[in-house]
Amino acid sequence: MTTLTIDKAGPTRKAKYGSMSRDRAWALRWSYFFLIIFAIFSLTPPIYMLITSLKSSAEISAATNPWWVFHPTLENYVGLLTSNQFLRFFWNSAMVSIFVVTITMLISVPAAFALARMRFWGSTVLATGVFLTYLIPETLLFIPLFKMFAVFGDFTGIQLINKWYVLLILYPTLTVPFCTWIMIGYFASIPKELDEAAIIDGASWFQTLTRIFIPVALPGLIAATIFAFTVSWAQFLYPLVFTTSTDQLVMPVGIITTLIKGDVFNWGQIMTGALLGAAPPLIIYAFLMDYYIAGLTAGATKG
Amino acid sequence: MAEVNLRKVVKRYDEVEAVRGIDLDIADHEFVVLVGPSGCGKSTTLRMIAGLEDISDGDIMIGGDVVNDVPPKDRDIAMVFQNYALYPHMTVAENMSFGLRLKRYPKAEIKARVDEAARMLDIVELIDRKPKQLSGGQRQRVAMGRAIVRNPKVFLFDEPLSNLDAKLRVQMRIEIKKVHQKVRTTTVYVTHDQVEAMTLADRVVVMNHGRIEQIGTPTELYHKPATRFVASFIGSPAMNFIPCRLEDAGGKVQIRLSDKIVFPLPAAQAARYQKIPRTDKLLLGIRPEHVTEASAHVEPGIEPFDAVLDVTEPMGMETLIYFTMQGAQVCGRVNPNAGAKDGAPLRLAVDLNNMHLLNEVTGAVL
Repeated sequence: MTTLTIDKAGPTRKAKYGSMSRDRAWALRWSYFFLIIFAIFSLTPPIYMLITSLKSSAEISAATNPWWVFHPTLENYVGLLTSNQFLRFFWNSAMVSIFVVTITMLISVPAAFALARMRFWGSTVLATGVFLTYLIPETLLFIPLFKMFAVFGDFTGIQLINKWYVLLILYPTLTVPFCTWIMIGYFASIPKELDEAAIIDGASWFQTLTRIFIPVALPGLIAATIFAFTVSWAQFLYPLVFTTSTDQLVMPVGIITTLIKGDVFNWGQIMTGALLGAAPPLIIYAFLMDYYIAGLTAGATKG
Repeated sequence: MAEVNLRKVVKRYDEVEAVRGIDLDIADHEFVVLVGPSGCGKSTTLRMIAGLEDISDGDIMIGGDVVNDVPPKDRDIAMVFQNYALYPHMTVAENMSFGLRLKRYPKAEIKARVDEAARMLDIVELIDRKPKQLSGGQRQRVAMGRAIVRNPKVFLFDEPLSNLDAKLRVQMRIEIKKVHQKVRTTTVYVTHDQVEAMTLADRVVVMNHGRIEQIGTPTELYHKPATRFVASFIGSPAMNFIPCRLEDAGGKVQIRLSDKIVFPLPAAQAARYQKIPRTDKLLLGIRPEHVTEASAHVEPGIEPFDAVLDVTEPMGMETLIYFTMQGAQVCGRVNPNAGAKDGAPLRLAVDLNNMHLLNEVTGAVL
């Protein structure tokens, strides 16, 4: 009886295993196929930017193969990096991003902690509300916001429009809701017993947040930081609308407004500026990726 | 160290009453185990003592002070959680010293206390590891260490061994008992495992449906259960319950289990149950160890009868037998050499000196 069962099960299992590995092989092939297509698709623009940034204006407008550099030159880089204007844009962008990331984290981490852990009246509704505000596109918001700042300026005499620091008020409306939402998710995944243990150990809410939650949810914190940085570094619409003087511009807008003169496109410098602009986020991603992937909650509880 | 007192403690969640007015006095140095099935309110009670849950009504006192509105950190308690709840980013030493560091103890004293607790729990060589580098049993030791270094008034354990495998559980049970013998801190321990309750406790509190069914030493609960719930919950295999009636026959009291099976009650039991109305529906409660194979010599109160066994379970040192009587499954423990076989008849004996009589309707032990 027993032998019979084994005989029956043997071949069936083998066949099944074989088909599974064949499925897996095909799945791998397909995933590589699509990954390669995706890689080509997403890497072509930066490569084209790099190629163009190494050409002189004459070579760009010449009817040669656009995918090859015949006379490589660094003149675009030298031109931009020695231009006070471009350095000003870079500086403005850096200031805006650093401040916005700081402001965002200072608001959204405690907010997320409160919404995830301190059960108070309406906390769930509030948490959903926070997320819903993120869903309103900035293209809808910029006109009323502009009007608001104009009226505010008229009443108080404090002119915020056309100052780079107006962006420090505007960007958090985009970053805070989303970062709060990310952090709520991370904080919610921390076992309840961990804060109970901390509370019994004598920690206040603030100490529980700073000494337990923030270290444990560090990957989430880094994800939120990256998001806030990317948004404030790459935001285009708000600075285009709210800042106009050249010394107040941030890089994305600065490149467009100063390097396009009428219908003359300075392609070499535009591409160089875009590449230089993309460098800081790339460096930051590369640096933080290890922390981001590391799962820090392992070992807190069983499992 | 301190006594803990609960006075008419109630916990309500919206419409559900999880704990329904509990009175409990725990003496200084005592090890009390709250035991009961899941949802009986034992964990809620513990969490109310810890201050992690508000109490809806009543008073909780620790060391004579009412602590109803005192936050957990000021209650001077330490808690060990089922899932350990170690801080994953801290080493074992940092985990254990976290509470002391928050209270700004001098570094030398923190180190001394941590070292002492580590020695007591045999985790000295693990002191610089992170929780994820530890096994389940080691994590549980660290969690206990974190409680010990605080030197609190009361230890609270919330099912600390439930996540461990059976062998480790037995080992850690002994470990917990040893620790309590050394530090003598008042301990409240919650478990659903009656074996843990019986082995660890000075006194066991059996809870069911948010109420205390009975409080007593393990021996008291085992030999003198107050209700059917306690009788069936404590002891493994559980107590047998067989429908029965009392009868008078020639001035003596006898117990009728079926048309054929009637036993005379021993004198002590006859006197005790004399006043029970003969019409009451009753249950004979008898523990498996009091249903054994019949022996050759007759002893008072031990009555022989015949049964056909449904199932036998050889355990090595004994054989568990199962048969049906009056529609109730009855378990007995016989000598492995008694010749018990599945489906075979066996001459058995019931020890009525150790019987219990229960009211079938109220479940009360008479």
